[in-house]
Amino acid sequence: MSMDRRQFLKITGVSTILGIGAVAGVNGLSRSPVEASQVEPSPDALKAKRWGFVIDMSKFRTDDDFTRVRHACHSIHNVPDIDNPKVEIKWIWKDTYEHTFPGQESKYMAEEMKDKPFMVLCNHCDNPPCVRVCPTKATFKRSDGIVMMDMHRCIGCRFCMAACPFGARSFNFGDPRPFIKEPNPEFPTRTKGVVEKCTFCYERLAKGLNPACVDASQGGIVFGDLEDPKSEVRRLISKHYTIRRKLELGTEPSVYYIIGGNENA
Amino acid sequence: MLEKALSGGKGYWAWIFLLLAIIGTGFACYLMQFNYGLGITGMSRDVSWGFYIAQFTFLVGVAASAVMMVIPYYLHDYKTFGRVVILGEFLAIASVIMCMLFIFCDMGQPTRVMNVILHPTPNSVMFWDMLVLSGYLALNLVIGWTTLGADRKELPPPSWVKPFIYLSVPWAVSIHTVTAFLYAGLPGRHLWLTAIMAARFLSSAFAAGPALLILLAMIVRKVSKFDPGKEAIQSLAKIVTYAMCVNVFFLLLEVFTAFYSKIPGEMAPIKYLFVGLEGHTRLVPFMRTASVLAIGGIALLVYPNTRKNESILPFSLIAVFIACWIDKGMGLVVGGFVPNPFERVVEYSPTVPELLITLGVYGIGALALTILYKVAVSVREETEAGDIQEGWHGSGH
Ligand code: SF4
Ligand code: SF4
Repeated sequence: MSMDRRQFLKITGVSTILGIGAVAGVNGLSRSPVEASQVEPSPDALKAKRWGFVIDMSKFRTDDDFTRVRHACHSIHNVPDIDNPKVEIKWIWKDTYEHTFPGQESKYMAEEMKDKPFMVLCNHCDNPPCVRVCPTKATFKRSDGIVMMDMHRCIGCRFCMAACPFGARSFNFGDPRPFIKEPNPEFPTRTKGVVEKCTFCYERLAKGLNPACVDASQGGIVFGDLEDPKSEVRRLISKHYTIRRKLELGTEPSVYYIIGGNENA
Repeated sequence: MLEKALSGGKGYWAWIFLLLAIIGTGFACYLMQFNYGLGITGMSRDVSWGFYIAQFTFLVGVAASAVMMVIPYYLHDYKTFGRVVILGEFLAIASVIMCMLFIFCDMGQPTRVMNVILHPTPNSVMFWDMLVLSGYLALNLVIGWTTLGADRKELPPPSWVKPFIYLSVPWAVSIHTVTAFLYAGLPGRHLWLTAIMAARFLSSAFAAGPALLILLAMIVRKVSKFDPGKEAIQSLAKIVTYAMCVNVFFLLLEVFTAFYSKIPGEMAPIKYLFVGLEGHTRLVPFMRTASVLAIGGIALLVYPNTRKNESILPFSLIAVFIACWIDKGMGLVVGGFVPNPFERVVEYSPTVPELLITLGVYGIGALALTILYKVAVSVREETEAGDIQEGWHGSGH
C-alpha cells in the first residue's frame, strides 16, 4: 500500500491540511515543529511530550534476542533485506560497544566489553542535525519528539546522511521492492532514491500499540515519555547509570542505554 | 550575438562534435542511473556523497574566481584586465551551469527537484546554496552579455549594469562561503568541522580558477586573433601564486591543529588521506601526487624567471590546477566520510558510468564555454583586435 499525497492529505483531515499549507508558507521562518501524520488519529493513540527509549543491554543475551527485535521492526516496515553492507537498508541493528561508542573504549578494557553487541537505531535526537539540513522538510521533528520522514517529499540529496553523526540513515540506492520477502500491505514500501530510517513506530503509537521492537524485546527495550517524571523510562534513567551516544556533539539523543545490572522494570 | 557560434573552421566543428559525443555518452549513462538509481555509482551508505558533489564543490570555486578579474578591473580601474574579464565572467557562467548539473545528477529523486522551491527551508544551507548559485548565474549572464554587446558597438557598457557588477563581487564570495557551510556545520565530520573551511575553499578557488583561466586564454590566443595580453597573464599568474601559497598554508594549519592537539577524530581523516588508515590507502597516491604538484607548482610560480617564461608557465599552472582538483574534487568530500560514524573505514571509488556521467557534465560545461568564448572572441576580432574600447573608462590603448 503506498499512499499518494492526495490520499495522505485526505486522511489527515482538514486541520492538518491547513497546517501543512501554513507550514509550506511560513514554517521556514518559525521554529514550531511540523505537525503531520500519515495515519488517522485514534482515541487510544499513545501520546507524549518527548518519546524516548531505554535499552537494557543486559536483557540482550543471545544472538536471537537481537535478530528477533530486528526482524520484528524490519518485517512490518517493509525494510528490504539487501545482502551488501555498502547499500543495505537498516532501521535497527547491532554493533559492538567499541563502534557504537567510539572514543569510550580503552586499551585495558576487556575484549568482551569492547565486542559487546549493542542495539542501535535512530536516536530521535532532541536537536537533530538531519532536520536542520534537510532542504525540503522531508525530515522533520514532531512535537512529540519523533524525528519523522516524509518519503514522498524526499529528493534524495543525502544531506541528512552527511549530517547524522550516528549512521542511522539508509538510502535506497535501487528499487527496494524486489528485496522485500513478505511485504506488509499495511505499511508503505519505498521507492528508489529516498532516505529512510526508524520512525519510532508512529503508525503503531497512533493506534495505541507499542513500538514493534519494544514488544519483541521481552523487556529489553522500554519506551515512554522522557518529559514525564513518572514514566517508566524516567524511572529507569534515575535508577540506573545510563549512557547515550556521542553526547559531546549536542544532538541530545533520546535513546538511553543501560549496560549492566540484571534488574529492570 | 549568438549566431557567431555557428560559424567556424573545421577544427572548431570537430571540437564541437567531440564534445557532443562525450555529452551523449554521459547522457546515456545518466539514463541508466535514472532507471536503476544511484546504485550504479560507487557511493555507499558510509560514503554517501562522491564524485558528483566533489566536482560541484570544486567548480563553485572556479565560478567564484571571476571576482579576481572583476575586482582589479572594475574596482581598481586596472585596465590590463580589460580583455580577460569577459573570459572570467563566461567561465563563471559555464562553471555554475556544471555545478547545477552535478547537483541534479546527485539527486536520488531528480523529478522532485522543485520541492526545494515548493518547500523553502531557510535553515538548510542547501536552500541558500541554490539561491546564491542561481543568483550568480543570472548576474554573470547579465553582466557578460551587456558588456560584450556594448563592446560590439564600441560603446561603454550602460551605466545600469554597474550596480550589478559591484554586487557580483560579494556575491562571488558568498557562493563559495555558502558551499563551504554545507560541510563546515555538520557535527561529527571532523575533516569538515573547521572554521577555516570557507577560507580554504576561497584560497583554493582563487588559485585553481585563474590558473584555468590563463590556460584558456593561452588557448584562445592560439586559435584566434584575440590576445588577452602578456601583462594580464602575468598579473593573473601572480594571483595564482599568492592564492596557492595561502591555500597550502591553510592546509598546514589544519595539520598542526589536528596533530598537535592529538585528538584522534581530528587526525583520522588527514591520516586517511595522506598515509592511509587501518591499511586503507586508496586516496594516498592521489593526495601525495597533489602535494608534489602543489609544491612544484608553487616553486615554479614564486621564482620570477620561471613565472615570466611563457613556455614554462603553463606547466606550473597545470600542476597547481591538478593539485587543487585532487584536493577538493577527490580528497575533501570522501575524506569527510572516513572513518564513518562507527569509526570504520569504508572506501569509495567511482564506477565507470559515474565517471562517464561526470565527463558528460564537463562536456556540457566545455560546450557552453566554447560557445560563449567563440562569441566573445568573434566580437573582439570584429572590433579589430587590439583596438578595443576599454569599458566605460573610455580609453583605448
Ligand atoms: S540519530 Fe541521526 S537520523 Fe536520528 S534524529 Fe539523530 S541525527 Fe537524525
Ligand atoms: S535526502 Fe531527503 S530527507 Fe535527507 S536531507 Fe535530502 S530531502 Fe531531506
